[in-house]
Amino acid sequence: MESVSESTPPARETAIDWAAYRKDFPILDQQVHGHPLVYLDNAATSQKPRAVIDSLVRYYERDNANVHRGIHELSNRSTDAFEAARKRAARFINAPAPEEIVFTRGATEAINLVASAWGNANLKAGDVILLTEMEHHSNIVPWQLLAEKTGAILRYLPITADEHILDLSKLDEVLTDDVKLFSMVHISNALGVVNPVAELCEAARKKGVVTLVDAAQSAGHCPLDVQEIGCDFLVVSGHKMCAPTGIGFLFGRAERLNRMPPYHGGGEMIATVDYFKSTWNQIPHKFEAGTPDISGPIALHVAMDYLDKIGRENLFKHDKELSQYAYDRLAEVSGCRLYGPKQGRAGLVSFMLDDVHAHDVVTIADRYGVALRGGHHCTQPLMKKLGVPSTARASFYFYNTHAEVDRLIDVVHEIKKFFGS
Amino acid sequence: MFDDLTDLYQQVILEHAKSPRNFRVMEDATCVANGTNPLCGDNYTVYLKMDGDVVKDASFQGSGCAISKASASLLTAAIKGKTRADVELLFDKVQNMVTTGEADESVGKLAAFAGVHKFPARVKCAILSWHAAKSAAQGIAETVSTEEPAE
Ligand SMILES: Cc1ncc(COP(=O)(O)O)c(C=O)c1O
Repeated sequence: MESVSESTPPARETAIDWAAYRKDFPILDQQVHGHPLVYLDNAATSQKPRAVIDSLVRYYERDNANVHRGIHELSNRSTDAFEAARKRAARFINAPAPEEIVFTRGATEAINLVASAWGNANLKAGDVILLTEMEHHSNIVPWQLLAEKTGAILRYLPITADEHILDLSKLDEVLTDDVKLFSMVHISNALGVVNPVAELCEAARKKGVVTLVDAAQSAGHCPLDVQEIGCDFLVVSGHKMCAPTGIGFLFGRAERLNRMPPYHGGGEMIATVDYFKSTWNQIPHKFEAGTPDISGPIALHVAMDYLDKIGRENLFKHDKELSQYAYDRLAEVSGCRLYGPKQGRAGLVSFMLDDVHAHDVVTIADRYGVALRGGHHCTQPLMKKLGVPSTARASFYFYNTHAEVDRLIDVVHEIKKFFGS
Repeated sequence: MFDDLTDLYQQVILEHAKSPRNFRVMEDATCVANGTNPLCGDNYTVYLKMDGDVVKDASFQGSGCAISKASASLLTAAIKGKTRADVELLFDKVQNMVTTGEADESVGKLAAFAGVHKFPARVKCAILSWHAAKSAAQGIAETVSTEEPAE
């Protein structure tokens, strides 16, 4: 097994100069509405380090050409860099082979690819698609579309009422023989819950159920090993882990991808084309029709190197500590309701202040330079389940500091004062 | 506190958000319309009792942020006794005000919403119940949305 930490042994937490890493992010050094920016909306999208931004400029200034079909020097360079990024992505999640990585626009497109290409070929009326009650819309709606087409049925593994974690005591009840696919989120973007995906995939595998893990919130925040998790598919979003928007990837076990029909038709995904019939290229190209985003994977490559230089186990520890600190401090604020687990949460906190609407919280925080998110976080069914229309959310990354959490708490007190609660 | 925040959350608005007026279901309404903002989950129902062309009574129910709730509250007070045409005229004035910040003298207390124009993300909150009231007054009982659902 190739380990990402081979060349760069993980530094001890105490030895990490987080402030130095923060300086790699030009955008963080600015005033918003006359206050230093406190960016706490990382679950929506992360900021990009200088190295990633520079890689885009470098690509377009030196290497830009279309990939795969060219013979000339620039095309070779582009192709090499594009395929090197694929190898790097495989190594990032410990996938057995680079062919098991399909570049997509993000996690959403990767899920749609599986729902369309795998789902249409494998599901029939009455088959069950199992999801959890804390899924992002992008891991609900593609399956609803598929269910409408095939007559398959959606079912949900429930969450508990107190800490909103998956109710594993219900697993046997929902994981019945008619389940064909189990798709689950690794880290919930609305609750900060970290789900035991290896355990869930093992239970599914024992029953011959195909599994998909939505790693949009986890890939850039904690170590990830698809062989350890034991999933069939896993989806990653680049823009939430220091890469540009518009790039992500799907991991699919080769034996699954090989047996799936194509997703989109066009150039690149074909072996031969006749006026009436075509044959498909090998994986992963079979699923990459048309000219892909080329600078995206190249920048993603730089982002993955950057994150692994810090060490994802270090990032995870940092994020968890910070969100626990935020959780504990918010819990001291009277009238502040918190959602998700009390301990062991990933780097985000969802909360409500008395009966102040999340949008009012976010509007006021913004005027203090604090960027939060308020709304349903693309998890409307979950919000309904929690009995709230929306929550305010602070989500952290390694460049965030304890001082920024303190600032958030001060602002929360200002908001309470403002609404006289 | 910052000037533009106090412009947005004027005392009248905070007060109406806390204790909304005409906040009830109207059993004998003649026209009802819904307003939703799917992006933030705001959801209001506006009830009108029309007597011919005139709004005899107006009320609302629902939930949402301070801006949307205060707007619905002040709206119900503002349109009582007005004709259909008046309601539409007022709608135009309010819409113009929340997008430009220019308040027509005739809008009275509704001028409190002029500060919304500095917060483009919140314009929809202020105008939501007005959309519902406008379609209720036109007798179009339907759900109006801040987002156009595609077919
Ligand atoms: C849990 C989760 N899944 C999926 C997505 C969608 O990812 P993308 O933006 O890459 O399509 C998100 C992003 O908001 C997310 O938080």
